[in-house]
Amino acid sequence: MTDQGVLIPRNREIHPLPYYPDYKTSVPRSPNLPLLSMESTPTEEWGPMFGHNLLGPLDNNLILNFTQGKAPAVGERILVHGRVLDENARPVPNTLVEIWQANAGGRYRHVKDTYFAPLDPNFGGCGRTITDENGYYEFLTIRPGAYPWPNRANDWRPMHIHYSIFGHGFGQRLISQMYFEGDPLIDRCPIAATIQSRSQLDRLVAPLDMSKARPHDFLAYKFDIVLRGRRQTMFENKIEGM
Amino acid sequence: MVQKLDTLIETPSQTAGPYVHIGCIPTFAGVEGIYPEDLGKRAIEEGAKGEIITITGSVYDGTGWALRDAMMESWQADAAGKYPGQPGADPKVNGFCRFAADGQSGEFTLRTVKPGKVPMRGGGFQAPHIAVWTVARGINIGLLTRIYFEDEDNEGDPLLSRIEQRPRVETLIAKKTGEGQYRFDIRLQGEGETVFLDI
Repeated sequence: MTDQGVLIPRNREIHPLPYYPDYKTSVPRSPNLPLLSMESTPTEEWGPMFGHNLLGPLDNNLILNFTQGKAPAVGERILVHGRVLDENARPVPNTLVEIWQANAGGRYRHVKDTYFAPLDPNFGGCGRTITDENGYYEFLTIRPGAYPWPNRANDWRPMHIHYSIFGHGFGQRLISQMYFEGDPLIDRCPIAATIQSRSQLDRLVAPLDMSKARPHDFLAYKFDIVLRGRRQTMFENKIEGM
Repeated sequence: MVQKLDTLIETPSQTAGPYVHIGCIPTFAGVEGIYPEDLGKRAIEEGAKGEIITITGSVYDGTGWALRDAMMESWQADAAGKYPGQPGADPKVNGFCRFAADGQSGEFTLRTVKPGKVPMRGGGFQAPHIAVWTVARGINIGLLTRIYFEDEDNEGDPLLSRIEQRPRVETLIAKKTGEGQYRFDIRLQGEGETVFLDI
């Protein structure tokens, strides 16, 4: 990747409101003052890159990676796949994609999670992969369960998978969540509701994709991701060595 | 009607949530054995050129309480001001590091090499700095800020120069507490609120 041009400014309107009272923890954790906006610098235009040699053979297989292949996790087997693109509709190749999620009962393997749904001894809950030259990625996992969480008196998280994507510049860094088509809890979730535009929220909802489902094995869901792009004009001030 | 633009819209962010460590620093969550080691465990390898420094701090919410669940990432240049991937960059500097607020005390520590000043496109320099990105439950889109150093020449830095209220510049400056030791606290909201960036 030699293109290290200026990043297109982030359109904050399409992102969640930082302060959203129905999501109570956001109240003391959202800045009051405006962000300082300026054009990207080399600090944001360059970013950490990870090679395919980072990956173990089961890193993107959450059904098997916790036991290193000895025993499969419990749950509805699914493939989640898609492409990472930028705002210029170009694929983002060779970028790290990390996911984490609850098990089929809605329980996370985390010291802080005390929900009484049991841990699955064969499920860890994280995976990672690196996109190919076309920006494509895939994970094999189980469908995570919905779960209750302390917020308003009776709030439940819809089924979701957390995503972390790097891009090629630190300014492209993004963490988000993938939801599942048809889940009635999406419309009741104050975290999903932090996104003001319905069409933007819909972009986090992965459709069932029978073209990738494998008969007698797994269903598939498709989830494409778009990262910030770089400004491309013939009038950029290009300095060698930057 | 007009022609349709063929650009795409960025995927919206969502909070990293309280269990971000499972995905980003699995051993912190108690998840062992999936990866040989956590990604971004070290900002530098043995033999990195320059001054080795340790930065300690906390992330405070609007009530003054230190977050116990924040996950942070840093990204920086080497001692000569080159980012990993740039020609001639120090191969012992990873530039990227992940660290978490301690579950008990809320304190984080970053051990790294002090970065050099970074040349700007079109001339001039940015003062030595480390970019820091903070995510946690209740933070709906990751918060970007920068650590500068009180014992460096920050005059003329293009970012610091843009801060209108000059006392707020101090929120981006790490204070020296000893040889190679710095303190840098992040305040999400309220008095002394850190300057967060939209770059």
